[in-house]
Amino acid sequence: MATNTLNLPEQEYMLPGNRACAGCSVGIVFRHMSKALDGKAIFVVPASCFTVLCGMYPTASVQVPVMNSVFPGTAACASGIAASLKKQGRDDLTVVAMAGDGGTADIGMQGLSGAAERNANVFFVCYDNEAYMNTGTQRSSLTPLGAKTTTTPAKGKMQFAKDLPAIVEAHDIPYIATASPGYPGDLYDKVCTARGISGTRFMHINAPCPPGWQFPTAETVAMAQLAVETGAFILFEIMDGKFQLTGKSLALADKDNRQPVRKFIELQSRFGVLDEETLARLQERVDERWRKAVARHRAEE
Amino acid sequence: MTVDTQSVSVITGNRAAAEAARLARVDVVAAYPITPQSPVVETLSKYIETGVLDAEFITVESEHSAMGVCIGAATSGSRVFTASSANGLAYMCEQLSWAAGSRLPIVMGCANRAMSAPWSVLNDQQDAMSQRDQGWIQLYCRNNQEILDTFLQGFRIAEQVKLPVMVCYDGFILSHTVMPVDIPEQEQVDAYLPPYSVHTILDPEEPRNVNPVTLANPRLNGDGVLCHGYMEFRYLMEQAHKEALDMIVVADEEFEACFGRRWGGLLWSYQLEDAEVVLLAAGSLAGEATISADMLRSEGIRAGVLGLRAYRPFPAAAVADALKEAGLVVVFDKSLSYGYDGPIRRDVQAALFEHRVMPEVHGYIAGLGGRDIKARELVDAARDSITWAEQGKGPKPTDWINLQL
Amino acid sequence: MGQTRHCKQKTAMSWPCVGEAGRTGDWRTLRPVVDPEKCVAARKGKIVCMQCWMFCPDNVISRTAPPEIDMEYCKGCGVCVQVCPSQAIEMRPEHAEDVAASTKEEASCDR
Repeated sequence: MATNTLNLPEQEYMLPGNRACAGCSVGIVFRHMSKALDGKAIFVVPASCFTVLCGMYPTASVQVPVMNSVFPGTAACASGIAASLKKQGRDDLTVVAMAGDGGTADIGMQGLSGAAERNANVFFVCYDNEAYMNTGTQRSSLTPLGAKTTTTPAKGKMQFAKDLPAIVEAHDIPYIATASPGYPGDLYDKVCTARGISGTRFMHINAPCPPGWQFPTAETVAMAQLAVETGAFILFEIMDGKFQLTGKSLALADKDNRQPVRKFIELQSRFGVLDEETLARLQERVDERWRKAVARHRAEE
Repeated sequence: MTVDTQSVSVITGNRAAAEAARLARVDVVAAYPITPQSPVVETLSKYIETGVLDAEFITVESEHSAMGVCIGAATSGSRVFTASSANGLAYMCEQLSWAAGSRLPIVMGCANRAMSAPWSVLNDQQDAMSQRDQGWIQLYCRNNQEILDTFLQGFRIAEQVKLPVMVCYDGFILSHTVMPVDIPEQEQVDAYLPPYSVHTILDPEEPRNVNPVTLANPRLNGDGVLCHGYMEFRYLMEQAHKEALDMIVVADEEFEACFGRRWGGLLWSYQLEDAEVVLLAAGSLAGEATISADMLRSEGIRAGVLGLRAYRPFPAAAVADALKEAGLVVVFDKSLSYGYDGPIRRDVQAALFEHRVMPEVHGYIAGLGGRDIKARELVDAARDSITWAEQGKGPKPTDWINLQL
Repeated sequence: MGQTRHCKQKTAMSWPCVGEAGRTGDWRTLRPVVDPEKCVAARKGKIVCMQCWMFCPDNVISRTAPPEIDMEYCKGCGVCVQVCPSQAIEMRPEHAEDVAASTKEEASCDR
């Protein structure tokens, strides 16, 4: 049975009174990830918003072991811990590399690619808030087309976000999934699945950011759900090469009732007043990726 | 020194480094190829694949990741090893700082090579010198036996003072040149360097956050204890370097007790007792200077050599003490601190000034990018310096040996 | 500033505690208030719904009937209001004097 609100474990690994911004989706993500891991994990964290959430010396806000890493070094550091645990004969711990979009898709890409190619026994999680939020919202390669950041201040970003899961999939690793804080049960189940697999596992998590995306803090979950309901973010998993839509995305595919992207975009001030042409390009891109995902799901069902 | 000829092999410096890692029973090796270091990790990968060494070998995609793996593995309780050179070492830069700041007992080899641009794969010591302020202990070797022995000592030092150790040896001159090396038995090494006892600070049983953001000023922890600010951690690291000055000597003395040979601890000397003129260098160049000293003595000049084994921590007091009778010190650097000549020369000068030892000190830059240095050229340099000093010409500008400009 | 001679650490390592960033309740300008007449869990007196608990980004809502919100640390983001299917939670203005009373100097952390 899929995990729902009432059968989620009660045990918490994140303590109240932490340093994350109000309404930060990473808190929701970490709570349900750590529940699924039963706290039996070592987290490796590069410079990122999650560093802030974990707290400043000498106090910490999370009840799992965390090792900070240099910005590009997350996957390598995690590989080293995994190798060390293997040498010591410890197989009860999951090594989780937890990086933002910059630490994964930009400066962390080489290290991630190396670890994935070696099939290092690491669970790499990218919580994607779509810009360098920790340093004040500069563009990353996962910032969407049209979004204003402090380094794309006037016209908005001129390029589409790159397709991160596709890049990772090219490494032929045993498990890839996407997840959303809007659907904690789906996220929880996927982390449980990943935990039971050895080798490199990858998860791409959509992480709405109230100050960076410029929407009211109360709307974090609504924003995460709209990303999925419009198809701008698709929930799926790829197990040993087999692609399957999951949760809300699967339901949307069955009923064919996606919302227009405009509904997701218009709530975020970072898009400003988007011109119709850019909005059309975004919609077209979402539609194209959605069609491919649904077709692949049906072909591999 | 007595050598059991049964255990002597004729091997390269790189092979000596690899044998040392094997004998140290390292748990995790991570490395990326770069000339002239590559044969170290090729040898180790063979040992690990064929079961000679029970360790994990991680074939990383860059030197940055090599040190990243070492940091992760060392933090989670393993004895680790890597090696690099030149651009590879430079690419590790931020990780070197992270390793030292984390106080991890990582031991790495640096087969010294010139820094680009332009490309050069040949020897000088610019690579290691460029990283000297990252917090690592740096030890320099003069021959292949010293390479093997210094790596073993390096683990003892690193694990005692909780600082990473870089064992530097000249690329090609030592890395690819065969010499007789006494490879000790495993039992002997185990007695000197016991197998590593696993201790991890990354455990869900007692979760903690390692190396979080640390503020400038002290801050209270949950128990009301005022904990260090960033600066206190830096002070403790500097204290560890001062401790290492003793530990480097102790590790060498204990090594002698186990293996019957020692390398001088922080420094070594040759014909220094009555020397008026002292040639000073680090690595194989210092070894070569002993031939030059003999040549000078045959010409009636009382010359000796002071070889620098530890460069960081810098043995300032020991250097000053060793040079207190010298009239002239001629320092040969195989690298530059651009805009301020040779780094060893400047450090020596500062040490002497601090201890009020005031011989004349001259500096020479030699052997950059693999340019050959002959013992005769060091003799010529020493003679030029003697003449300069005799004529009382005052401060002598740094000279470049065999510069064809 | 004070001396740190009782700190035995050679490297920076932190142990978990509640209120790592201090009393984050001070960040609020609006406070969530649960209406027990509308909250399904409160009305039924058992663990049902729990959307507010599940989605709380700060782990300040209890998994109880009725759910209780830890006002020491609730940052007042309002996510619970938005996810509540019964519209049982609403945000009300904080009273400035309450905030001032709860502010404590230098309390970095509660165990």
